[in-house]
Amino acid sequence: MNEKAPYQKGWIFVIPVVALVAFNAVIPLMTVVNYSVQETFGNNIFFFEGIKWFQAVLTSDRFHAALGRQLAFTATILAIELPLGVAIALAMPRKGPWLSVCLVLMALPLLIPWNVVGAMWNIFALPDIGLLGKTLNNLSINYNYTQQPAAAWVTLIAMDVWHWTSLVVLLAFAGLSSIPDAYYQAAKIDGASPYAVFRYIQLPKMRRVLTIAVLLRFMDSFMIYTEPFVLTGGGPGNATTLLSIDLVKVALGQFDLGPAAAMSIIYFLIVLLVSWVFYTVMTRKEEA
Amino acid sequence: MRLRWLVPTLYILFLMLPIYWLVSMSFKTTNEILGGLTLWPKNFTLDNYITILTQPVWYNGYINSIIYVCMNTAISVTAALPAAYAFSRFRFLGDKHLFFWLLTNRMAPPAVFALPFFQLYSAINLFDTHIAVALAHTLFNIPLAVWILEGFMSGVPKQLDETAYVDGYGFWRFFVKIFLPTIRSGVGVAAFFCFMFSWVELLLAKTLTAVAAKPIAATMTRTASSSGFELGLLAAAGALTIIPGAVVIYFVRNYIAKGFSLGRV
Repeated sequence: MNEKAPYQKGWIFVIPVVALVAFNAVIPLMTVVNYSVQETFGNNIFFFEGIKWFQAVLTSDRFHAALGRQLAFTATILAIELPLGVAIALAMPRKGPWLSVCLVLMALPLLIPWNVVGAMWNIFALPDIGLLGKTLNNLSINYNYTQQPAAAWVTLIAMDVWHWTSLVVLLAFAGLSSIPDAYYQAAKIDGASPYAVFRYIQLPKMRRVLTIAVLLRFMDSFMIYTEPFVLTGGGPGNATTLLSIDLVKVALGQFDLGPAAAMSIIYFLIVLLVSWVFYTVMTRKEEA
Repeated sequence: MRLRWLVPTLYILFLMLPIYWLVSMSFKTTNEILGGLTLWPKNFTLDNYITILTQPVWYNGYINSIIYVCMNTAISVTAALPAAYAFSRFRFLGDKHLFFWLLTNRMAPPAVFALPFFQLYSAINLFDTHIAVALAHTLFNIPLAVWILEGFMSGVPKQLDETAYVDGYGFWRFFVKIFLPTIRSGVGVAAFFCFMFSWVELLLAKTLTAVAAKPIAATMTRTASSSGFELGLLAAAGALTIIPGAVVIYFVRNYIAKGFSLGRV
């Protein structure tokens, strides 16, 4: 890493970025904050309501339920995708033509528009005409994700694992390929077991990229909207209504701007808080 | 360890199954799809693709998507280049806070911003234009581009800059003639990720467009609800959305892994 010189004119270089992002972030965010403290009966007439909506959202069972489902979803996919992604990255060829084939094929799901992913799995898992649903039912497993909450959850998680595990694979692979061959040769001379190689060479070298993976997967899975919306629409009942789906239901379905805005801000703060904790932990590790 | 190749192979099989299903459906008639499970199209038909490639409603969706994705990639990378250079070379007041603030914008759920974005872009008369979607997508692409480029730039020794200045290069001449070619793989990776995230995002793109700039993904959802379930047609449209991404990824396949391993955080 280069030694950085103090140079206050560095600000000039960042002006375009700051202007663009501020335009897109600050103005909409202030609009949301504005709504979150007001009541409206239409006709653009607003009344100041203070923190009423925040209290209402924080004490509502509906919000707690959606938050609970969201946390369960995020925890589950992190628990599956991280170990799976690392295992696949470890088993991948290190070089040669097969590596390119692996990388291109594995990256494909990442490049499909999110609503296409949802629609694809929606049809793929249909119990009467979908390949997955029909096959399961032919194996006399009673499976119908439009009716059974448990089946809907399994489908949702399978879809996310399908969609995003590749990102973890790519990151873990990037970490692995930064290990010099000399490390492995030294381990071989010492007669280290495969487990010891993994524990003391590969895992420490992957630590930084894995933290990025956790951070990205946490943020994206916490904000997931399009795929579950297209797949199940939050159903059956409310079984798969995650935070963002609930939010859009309140904001656009019922047009309750105040509560929706308050919910948005609480939602954003949760993501921000958890990400900030990750970020500080990571940067501290780097300095140490 | 001889069976090691099984792990990636099985994983790729799992990835390919739904994609195979989508592609195979796109060659079936809607009646065959609704009639029950067939592993292979019985009445192989290209009608779905012909419809998409001849009807303006459909192919305009692809053109719109590609226009705003390319605009967004150009804007994001161009704006991110000098910023990333500043973050990798200089210390200035609030640089670390600014870097984190940029990253926080990747954490804002798009669902939160949908309505205010609609109002903002309507107010400045940009609603339903390509540039509106391109600008809106910079919200999450600029932080990512800065992050990736900064990683690549930090990997370039500072002596390169100093030697160039000693040789009498001005800043911009050095930046364009010497520095950019040095980090071109970084620019490629950043452009790839901007392209990818702009291509797959739908919520904001759909909110900010009506007719003139409607993305293909929105065409699909609206057609699905208006003309009943034309499953074959939808499958063909879905299959075609995979192609641009696949083309782009083929070109940058050797750099993707590198893009993150050099990144700062």
